[in-house]
Amino acid sequence: MTVLGWIQALVFFAVIMALTPPLGGFLQRVMEGERHVLLRPLGFLERLVLRLAGVDPAEQSWPRYATALLGFSGLSLLVTFVMQRVQHLLPLNPQSLGAVEALSAFDTAVSFTTNTNWQGYAGETTMSYLTQMAGLAWQNFVSAAAGLAVAMALARGLTRPASGAGPATIGNFWLDLTRATVYVLLPISLVVALAFASRGVIQNFSPSLQLTTLEGETQVLAMGPAASQEAIKQLGTNGGGFFNANAAHPFENPDPLTNLLSMLLIFAIPAALTFTFGRMAKSPRQGWALFAAMSVLFFAGLTVAYGAEAHDHPLARVAGAAPGAGHLEGKETRFGVAGSALYAVVTTDASCGAVNAMHDSFSPLGGLALLANIQLGEVIFGGVGAGLYGMLVMVVLAVFIAGLMVGRTPEYLGKKIEARDVKLAMLYTLVVPLAILVPAAWSAVAPHGLASLNNAGPHGLGEILYAYTSAAGNNGSAFAGLDANTPWYNLTLALAMLAGRFLMIVPVLALAGSFAAKKAAPPGPGTLPTDGALFVVLLLGVIVIVGALTFFPVLSLGPIVEHFLVGAGQVF
Amino acid sequence: MIASELKVAARMTVVTLALTGLAYPLAVTALCQALFPWRAAGSVIDVAGRVVGSELIGQRFTRPEYFHGRPSAAGAGYDATASGGSNLGPTSAKLRERIAADQARLVAANPQAPGPVPAELLLASASGLDPHVRPEAAAWQVPRVAAARGVPSTVVQALVVRAVEPRTFGFLGEPRVNVLKLNLALDAALGARSRATAGSRLSAER
Repeated sequence: MTVLGWIQALVFFAVIMALTPPLGGFLQRVMEGERHVLLRPLGFLERLVLRLAGVDPAEQSWPRYATALLGFSGLSLLVTFVMQRVQHLLPLNPQSLGAVEALSAFDTAVSFTTNTNWQGYAGETTMSYLTQMAGLAWQNFVSAAAGLAVAMALARGLTRPASGAGPATIGNFWLDLTRATVYVLLPISLVVALAFASRGVIQNFSPSLQLTTLEGETQVLAMGPAASQEAIKQLGTNGGGFFNANAAHPFENPDPLTNLLSMLLIFAIPAALTFTFGRMAKSPRQGWALFAAMSVLFFAGLTVAYGAEAHDHPLARVAGAAPGAGHLEGKETRFGVAGSALYAVVTTDASCGAVNAMHDSFSPLGGLALLANIQLGEVIFGGVGAGLYGMLVMVVLAVFIAGLMVGRTPEYLGKKIEARDVKLAMLYTLVVPLAILVPAAWSAVAPHGLASLNNAGPHGLGEILYAYTSAAGNNGSAFAGLDANTPWYNLTLALAMLAGRFLMIVPVLALAGSFAAKKAAPPGPGTLPTDGALFVVLLLGVIVIVGALTFFPVLSLGPIVEHFLVGAGQVF
Repeated sequence: MIASELKVAARMTVVTLALTGLAYPLAVTALCQALFPWRAAGSVIDVAGRVVGSELIGQRFTRPEYFHGRPSAAGAGYDATASGGSNLGPTSAKLRERIAADQARLVAANPQAPGPVPAELLLASASGLDPHVRPEAAAWQVPRVAAARGVPSTVVQALVVRAVEPRTFGFLGEPRVNVLKLNLALDAALGARSRATAGSRLSAER
């Protein structure tokens, strides 16, 4: 580790912290329909979308909100699937790419509608330009907007006083979706896409460019509209690369400045939402407490990952290479170890899944940190919206456990946490281990699972584990050596992604409805303060214990045993 | 309730697709073509009217009179239609063999090189298209390049020093040398060697 490497990380974090209040305040005003700076210039677009879609702007109960979200996601999935299947008949396909194979198209459609962006295919040789922008980039926008909508619904349920008359409502899905898209995602993406293009991210509709290199070889450069997709892929914590190498490809991430900008985009909205929540709770400290818990976990992961990657590559060291370069297999020279480890931690924390280095080639402990980041439930800032609602579910559990310890009725923001709420929170918590461990165990013993491995030994188990972890966590990054474009993996990973998205969103919306119906009581002398350091520690304890108890056994068979085998010089 | 929400969902699908999937990328494309046409088209380098590469995309170099980049797992090496890394972990026997083979080849090809092989010349990049090496790895190749071109090492060393790109703002990223740009600078300063044409015939036969 170097001082400059840490300065890079600290500057990144300082910018995120500085952005959190203004962006969080802006999000609150936009999503609650208050006045904000973009209302005048872009208000016409919101009104146009709502009119064309025929939206009734009335408040919705949680079942209605969930119906709208599931209906929209289901149709999105269908359209994205069909578009891939007929892309050879549609325009903007200068390379004349054929229809995407059915199971792969299904996997990809699920992947992008669930905000996962797991990619079993290689972008430059599979997807036409139209599919990339009108199928995949479109889903980058609306799946992120849907995540933000769910977070707002839960925040409203927790912070609104019960109306008393009529059923409790949690907002309107169509308004939330439209506002998030029109006022937040579109304008920021537009500006950032131009910034990316100014540094060298390509944006064109040209066919591949064939050229003759200095030594007389033929080189063919894949082209396409990459900058527009790159911007929303980061901002929406989607992560699906235009090219196979994702943000390691120089046409997606040409220099250290675009690298920093990408990381800032990934964390910007998830971090800001903590402030939004504090605003809605009328107590900024409630938001900062969540921010603090997330920050502790972020720096813990970064320290482990950067520390591990800063060591020289063991196989290069054995071969007698010059020391001091660090673990550079699968990393780009312009980012180096510090820029790659930081990016990897950010992308796995935030459920993004964009990569600027190949996680499969990380050292065992570096890879372990990335796995753990996802397995803790994507609550370390997390995906757009998903991070906040995931963290709030953990808060419900933490408050409940604290209530058990002192023998008082647990309450959060004055609202009582009752049996039904804890059941919903536990339902949410159990989906991820179920969607990871069951299919991973199956794949680890079945021939159709093992045939896809690129690495043998414990690292092979790591490849399988990472795949399902990434899918269930809706992350989308990979230990990419695993050939996941097989019927078995396309199907089971799609199921894991669906479970990791919708089996978690529905309990969250139910929780939102449940809290919305509760009256808030003023805090008494026995109320557990949820905005102080003590509560942050308690919350961290719950997150780590839930994650560690669930995943420690399988991690010890994968990366942990691999770490000791590397030390012993063992290869497979 | 379900029917009415589904009707809105269908219309919303069409509207958001048109707005974010078509209007947005087309607007970005139009703006990029107007503002940064060279960047948006791939940052290609012309030499005497011939496109020799993109300054952002690495190329394969094998001849002794050129600086070489890192091992590449993109296709057969620096295949810009098949970007990607090796995805081999540190317990991979395949990776150990690849490193040993590259190590032996580099030591044999660089008899006067100062010190052991720089590690990144043995370690593949993430994209397989990494256009850079660290300044140490360029400096290490100077004796070979100078001998192949029949010029003193100091001349080549000076070009390497000039080619070093520092960290952005002094703390972002790593210092590096763009291999293609350095080789172009070599050719510009010392003249492309006549064997270049023989080389292209060879690669055509391959």
